[in-house]
Amino acid sequence: MTPRLSTLTAVALMTASFAVQAQQPAKKPLSKAPPATKAAAEDKSAITKEFEKFREVLEEDNPAELFEARGEDIWKNKKGPDGASMAQCDLGLGPGVVKGAYVQMPRHFADVGQVMDAERRVVHCMVKYLGYKEADIRKQPFSNDARTPDHVSVITWVAGQSRNMKIAAPKKHPKEIEAFEIGKEIFAYRAGPYDFSCATCHGDDGKRIRTQDLPNLRKPDQAIRAYQGWPGYRMTGGFMLTQQWRMNDCFRQQRFPEPTYLSDSVTALLTYMTVTANGQQYKGPGIKR
Amino acid sequence: MADPMKIRAQMKGDTAEIRVLMSHAMETGQRKDSAGNTIPAHFIQAITVDVGGKRVIQGQTGTAVSRNPVFGFRVKGAKVGDKVVINWVDNKGDKRTDEATISA
Repeated sequence: MTPRLSTLTAVALMTASFAVQAQQPAKKPLSKAPPATKAAAEDKSAITKEFEKFREVLEEDNPAELFEARGEDIWKNKKGPDGASMAQCDLGLGPGVVKGAYVQMPRHFADVGQVMDAERRVVHCMVKYLGYKEADIRKQPFSNDARTPDHVSVITWVAGQSRNMKIAAPKKHPKEIEAFEIGKEIFAYRAGPYDFSCATCHGDDGKRIRTQDLPNLRKPDQAIRAYQGWPGYRMTGGFMLTQQWRMNDCFRQQRFPEPTYLSDSVTALLTYMTVTANGQQYKGPGIKR
Repeated sequence: MADPMKIRAQMKGDTAEIRVLMSHAMETGQRKDSAGNTIPAHFIQAITVDVGGKRVIQGQTGTAVSRNPVFGFRVKGAKVGDKVVINWVDNKGDKRTDEATISA
């Protein structure tokens, strides 16, 4: 009796509500509209908070450590064909100095007359001292579930040696300034079938893709968020991915042709992003879904 | 030979918190490679944990466990300085044993 009656009235009210809105201001369903939008905003920040919690739990036991161990072993024990080792590799702070080197790259290296980012420098050293062939590395520059290339493990270890340090990429040498400016330019360069640029998604505050908040890479406190997670352990698949991979994937998502591995343009973009993030703290290799 | 495990063992109140990160492919045997051939199953089958010379956990694991898995245990009655020995064996007979000491 009563339940059925009330559903009937409810249906009647719903059908009538559009027409008689003005006459029935006190009715319940209508007065609910404004708080609903507020609740949506709260939901969003609640979701972000849940993500943060999720990340914290994962970071405690990040399998990236396994790759760090592998990289350390290669760095310390592997010998090249003529007996050379990575102890001769200069990451910018002197031969063999790894502590803190990661957060101070990209930088200009006088021996090659070029600005190199961490990944590029590590690969350069592995080719120069350990006898790796650049062509082989280029054949599979990024990890897949069948194989994580050695250089990826070494990069992960090098990055881990800058854990909890402040980012301090230099911008003094003319080539470093040039790389920064080129990076800034590429960041804003719109092209491709979607007429996209990096700045389309990462040039303003408050943008997002689905529930994922996107950092505005023009600001230090947000640029760190893009810098932070890399190299990162991707749980889907269970392997390490590097910052160069991330950059290539951004190009892919924009429907651009993907840059060749270790290209100057990616180094320039990384220079722009890292210098922008200067002064922020790097937490070390990350973990991604 | 498999890569070493990463073991963390720390006293939290009167219980020891042990966490171990293992390096293993954990192939289910259900996936195919790019040529369409089945990738053979390869997974950790048995795990044992000894604390202070006493077996505290003996477990069986299967293909539902992720690649490079993390396990966590809480053990009562352990104390600082106790040796933790963790061992796994996979379905191909490959095995690995690693040790750690419980810290304060």
